[in-house]
Amino acid sequence: MVEAFMFYLLATLILGLAVMVITARSAVHSVVFLVVNFLLVAVLYVMLSAEFVAVIQVLVYAGGIVVLYLFVVMLVNLKREPEQYTDPRRLGVLGTVLGGAVLAQLVGIAVYSSIRGSTVVDGAGLGSDTPFAVGNTEQLGWVLYTSYLIPFELASMLLLVAMIGAIVLAKQNL
Amino acid sequence: MVDTVVVPLLKIAVLLNAVLVAVTFLVLMERKVIAWAQSRLGPMRVGPYGILQALADPIKLILKEDITPVKADKFLFTLAPIMSLVPALVVFSVVPFGPDSLYYISDINVGLLFIISVTSIGVYGIILGGWASNSKYPLLASLRASAQLISYEIAVTMTLVSVILTAGTLSLIGIVEAQQESGLWFGFIQPVAFVLVFIGGMAETNRLPFDMPEAETELTGGFHTEYSGMRFSLFFLAEYANIIVISAVVVIIFFGGWLRPFPNVAALSFLDIIPAWTWFIGKIFFFLYIFIWIRATLPRYRYDQLMALGWKVLIPIAIGNLVLTGVAKVVL
Amino acid sequence: MFEITPLHYSLLSAALFMIGVIGVLVRRNIIIIFMSIELILNAVNINLVALSSQLQDLSGQVFVVFVIAVAAAEAAVGLGIIIAFYRNKETVNIDEMQIMRW
Repeated sequence: MVEAFMFYLLATLILGLAVMVITARSAVHSVVFLVVNFLLVAVLYVMLSAEFVAVIQVLVYAGGIVVLYLFVVMLVNLKREPEQYTDPRRLGVLGTVLGGAVLAQLVGIAVYSSIRGSTVVDGAGLGSDTPFAVGNTEQLGWVLYTSYLIPFELASMLLLVAMIGAIVLAKQNL
Repeated sequence: MVDTVVVPLLKIAVLLNAVLVAVTFLVLMERKVIAWAQSRLGPMRVGPYGILQALADPIKLILKEDITPVKADKFLFTLAPIMSLVPALVVFSVVPFGPDSLYYISDINVGLLFIISVTSIGVYGIILGGWASNSKYPLLASLRASAQLISYEIAVTMTLVSVILTAGTLSLIGIVEAQQESGLWFGFIQPVAFVLVFIGGMAETNRLPFDMPEAETELTGGFHTEYSGMRFSLFFLAEYANIIVISAVVVIIFFGGWLRPFPNVAALSFLDIIPAWTWFIGKIFFFLYIFIWIRATLPRYRYDQLMALGWKVLIPIAIGNLVLTGVAKVVL
Repeated sequence: MFEITPLHYSLLSAALFMIGVIGVLVRRNIIIIFMSIELILNAVNINLVALSSQLQDLSGQVFVVFVIAVAAAEAAVGLGIIIAFYRNKETVNIDEMQIMRW
């Protein structure tokens, strides 16, 4: 009962803030709404008892990536007026309506498949042999460093390459 | 129902009150200690030896006129101090004052990561405060302050990973219990990590010698130039609450939390009559005094020296410490 | 209605996903488009974590960690490109970013 109330409250807030992100007039307001959105998604993860992913979401997403967006928005907004040029070939309303249609399709598929019942794969994945009762972080660490070691190393290479790329792209004089 | 809702709410009320009162007295303590370091007396008029100055300052700030610059972004101008204060107070929900469940609000098993991630939300208050003021100097100062914060956050996080390796757990109570088991505070096992976290903590809270972004002689007051009255008091509270948070975290991780000195030596067990939370608060006061002492003594770093220190000195030392800790854990 | 099944989380994820897609299609400011892409990635993360919690399988959460890492890398490089472009053309309106050389 409490969980249902929390879920509906969080879902309403998350979707409401997401709509405000894409419709705010000022880009800085959009960024602020995005931060609060990510914090609420982290609360949702805690409700699903995935606390390590929740803390990583706050630390990396809300506390790192969105700060980067805020910096770039402030850098870009400093000199120019809000967007004046409108391409007359744009079909914004049609885009929204088609988006709503796709959403209706996705909802229909989800509800239909859940009513019909589906064969649930009973924990055949790689990380399912460790019991869920032990602390989440420790288990996640085990799985990351044993079964998923190669993707882990590749992800660290990816982050290194991205860091070098971002520095090269944004430097003023190479 | 009672012990999942009512008791935590009571604890939160008591803790918030205690923290906010402690912050006002910390402001007074800082003025007094810096004054004594400079051979003068500090505030002496209000109350005996100036103690009621801690009450007079908030009253003055609340009664001030609420000025908003004309072209400032009203929504962000009001939101920025709130986004600075709330993370500083939320961290206290996982700080344990004693071993019993009466002394902490919650013991989540990712406590240390929670603290790191919530303090990295505090950057937003600074950036938005400078932006919303719609004026040159606060904007530049806020960009500098936020760059400083996120640089030193990296060094502190890497250092804390080596402490997590030593303790074997992320939960704060688990770290204190690991210190009790090993019989030696982690400050003596990992002195380099302690120094790094302390320096990084000073840089994170914009304290001297790292307070370039908000010093009055530099950028006319930094990101809170245009703020006055209640909103300024929220920024102020946030900064001093952050100082208490960093002191509390350093005490828990490196100096035994609520343990008495030499916790496993039975000969000193007469010291156990002093309750655990008193040890904890005493140690926090010791570190607060060191924060204020350093502020009274050292000159300010220039901005490029500050960034060079963070990136070129602290991060390599933190990585080296992490590698050494890993090797020591495997070998020993 | 009162018991939260992974279907509820999947519907929330689908709605958030479509809000992100509409943001990418409709807005002209390229930074808002990038932020809508972050919304899309978040929607996928919610779905993964919910199903990982139902199936008691940690692979979902591992995948979420990788998605977050890749999103960080992509945001850094994408914003670097925007800054480089802004330095040359002084615009962030994607309707104006349409010639291949300047």
